[in-house]
Amino acid sequence: MSLTGDTTLHFSEEQAMLLDAARMLSRDYGGAQARPWLESDPGYDPALWAQMVALGWPGLSLAESVGGAGLGIGAAVPVFEALGRGLLGTPLLASLLAGELLQRAAVNVPVVQSVLRELASGAPASIAWLEAEDWGARDIACELSAEGVLSGSKQQVLDAAAAEWLVVVAQQAGEPVLALLPTDAVPASARREHQLVDLSRRAQRLCLDGLAVPPEHQLRGPAVRSALRDVRLLAALLLAAEATGSAAACLDTTVAYLRTRKQFGKLIGSYQALKHPCVSLLIAIDSSRSLIYHAASLVGPGELDREAEIACRMAKAQAGDSLLEAGDRAVQFHGAMGFTWECDAQRYLRRALWCQGMYGDTRHHRRRLAALLLDP
Amino acid sequence: MIGNTEKQEFRAQVSAWMSENKPADPGFLLPQSFMEVGSEQQLEFLREWQHKVWSAGYLGIAWPRAYGGQGLDPVFQSIADQEMRRHGVPICFNVIGLGWAGPLINDIGSEADKSRYLKGILSGEDIWCQGFSEPDHGSDLVSVQTRAERDGDSYRVNGTKIWTTLGNFARYMILLARTDPAAPRKYDGLSFFLAPMQSEGIETRPIRKLTGEYGFTETFFTDAQIPASCRMGEEGEGWRIAMRTLMYERAAEAGAAGGLAFVRVVVDDLVDSLRERQRDGAPVLEDPLVRDALVQRIIEEKAILLGERRARIEALASDYPGSLALTHKLRFTESTRRLRQLAVALLGADGGLYVDDPGVPVGGFWQRAYLNSFAATIGGGTSQVQANIIAEQVLGLPR
Repeated sequence: MSLTGDTTLHFSEEQAMLLDAARMLSRDYGGAQARPWLESDPGYDPALWAQMVALGWPGLSLAESVGGAGLGIGAAVPVFEALGRGLLGTPLLASLLAGELLQRAAVNVPVVQSVLRELASGAPASIAWLEAEDWGARDIACELSAEGVLSGSKQQVLDAAAAEWLVVVAQQAGEPVLALLPTDAVPASARREHQLVDLSRRAQRLCLDGLAVPPEHQLRGPAVRSALRDVRLLAALLLAAEATGSAAACLDTTVAYLRTRKQFGKLIGSYQALKHPCVSLLIAIDSSRSLIYHAASLVGPGELDREAEIACRMAKAQAGDSLLEAGDRAVQFHGAMGFTWECDAQRYLRRALWCQGMYGDTRHHRRRLAALLLDP
Repeated sequence: MIGNTEKQEFRAQVSAWMSENKPADPGFLLPQSFMEVGSEQQLEFLREWQHKVWSAGYLGIAWPRAYGGQGLDPVFQSIADQEMRRHGVPICFNVIGLGWAGPLINDIGSEADKSRYLKGILSGEDIWCQGFSEPDHGSDLVSVQTRAERDGDSYRVNGTKIWTTLGNFARYMILLARTDPAAPRKYDGLSFFLAPMQSEGIETRPIRKLTGEYGFTETFFTDAQIPASCRMGEEGEGWRIAMRTLMYERAAEAGAAGGLAFVRVVVDDLVDSLRERQRDGAPVLEDPLVRDALVQRIIEEKAILLGERRARIEALASDYPGSLALTHKLRFTESTRRLRQLAVALLGADGGLYVDDPGVPVGGFWQRAYLNSFAATIGGGTSQVQANIIAEQVLGLPR
């Protein structure tokens, strides 16, 4: 096998339909329509989430046995690409990832099945995962004692305020364990809302000290270990899909400005100093798009293989960088307008800044890729 | 619809033939691309190889039977091409005929043109070259000054063409010349010719490239007589036809006869050549900066291959229609250049040696390949002109 390896790329009828539906939703709720919600409590229009629930998207990747659509997580890639175009944020990302983690870790456990059923019908959920800034950290500090009591804290728990279920990633005697908690088990005094650079997102810092987890809500074993590893990669993929959509919309915004703004009696889009970077962005975004759909073709319900891991990591590295550059150039190319709150360029750039560090930054993924690709 | 079994059987058949017939190392340097054919020795070797591939039925598979092809579905040609690449066989060097002039003649040529030219292109008997660029008009092609004046049954041609790949070996040239200097729009004054090179008044002078080798020529026309029957299209249609030719050249339009136009140098070739090399007292492949640089090249290479696939899925290629096809040349040639530049950088002090030095790694392959990579980033429209075209045609930015 060559270093470029697998170049599978499929796009199913279902994915095409999802892409169309998500694009429609993105047109109806995204862009300018999403702006008034940015400084509200939820951060998004509740009517949008209601629509997603009505469409069955929270159960998109969940098994049919728990009321999901059984389409697999690859089907979420077109959805997030389209939502990214509208700069939309809802609990969908957090919920699908939490569902995927539970489904992969312990699909046959009765408690998990009943929680997954709730998720499929629209109860938001989230994974409490990150403890410090380092996504690549080896150890989990948060501990579940032998008596089933949690200690430790988590940060950037996505959509924790909206979530009804939390999946806490903890350890017990050095072995990873998942603790399934109804979110209202975490008292208000133990939560602090983060201020995120991307205003379309919500996340909380949670102090978990002293929270008791009933034994049937504790999941452990080899499946948990591999589910954690796989969902880290899937999280990177879904965020890459969203970043790809945001980057494409960002480039459209910049191009539209360059086609109408005049200086020195000329449309500024005629200057090569502005044209050529736009072409570089187009190429970067085209690469991101190819990579996310390639990865979507490789992520099945089973344990992710080497090629799927390579694909997810490449997708995040490429898409994260594309969005950052698209946002950065959008601000610059809008001139003084780009420096204002009113101009949408800041929304793309702020989204890029949040996205780059989440689920592994570009250098993290490239470092892992080097080991995967270059070490015999 | 062609069945999978049929495709698999064909693939196995091509593969077996390639293993059997792959030529042994001739003992002299073979060109990595059709733009690097510099000697008679190389030319004869490649001409013989192309003839063999065509005779075996693996070239021009989708071209009509009447003109030396086989009239089969193009999928068979892509299978044959994939197998040629996989087996690492030499290139089919007559690329301007196979890939640009041939498809053009197939698509818009007269019956007479097709019978006269196509078979010779496939067999390698008739080598083709391209007369577009001039010393003063490269990127600004619409301003070409070579003059073709109607004179009874022929045209009298005067002027100079340059960067003529295979110019000293070619039998025919696709020639863009000005028939009406007074036309109000420069575009309308141009005509397109399938010109015989062995005419009185046509002379070629080899040009030495930055690699030190010879690979193309300057072509001088001094009262050369070109029969009027060699004109393609009407007078004044030259620009439109030339633009169509460039679409084939940039692979934005299908129809090429097939065969390898160049040896694809991939990251694997570089990584393999680095296994034994040292940097800062340790294996170069353990250097984190080198590793990261290689990973970036691998991502880029993979994205290009995936782009070729995505372009065929309409729902995933409709945002900027034509984007993947129009950007392909720019992405591919620049990625190639970057890889080769990195390769030379990783040779350490050996990167400062050149091809005839007895100590140069792999015969100076990377140094020479890097220098040659500019042929593709400049020829057929420079990367910078490509970027202008993409900005205007794909993104809709103003001229």
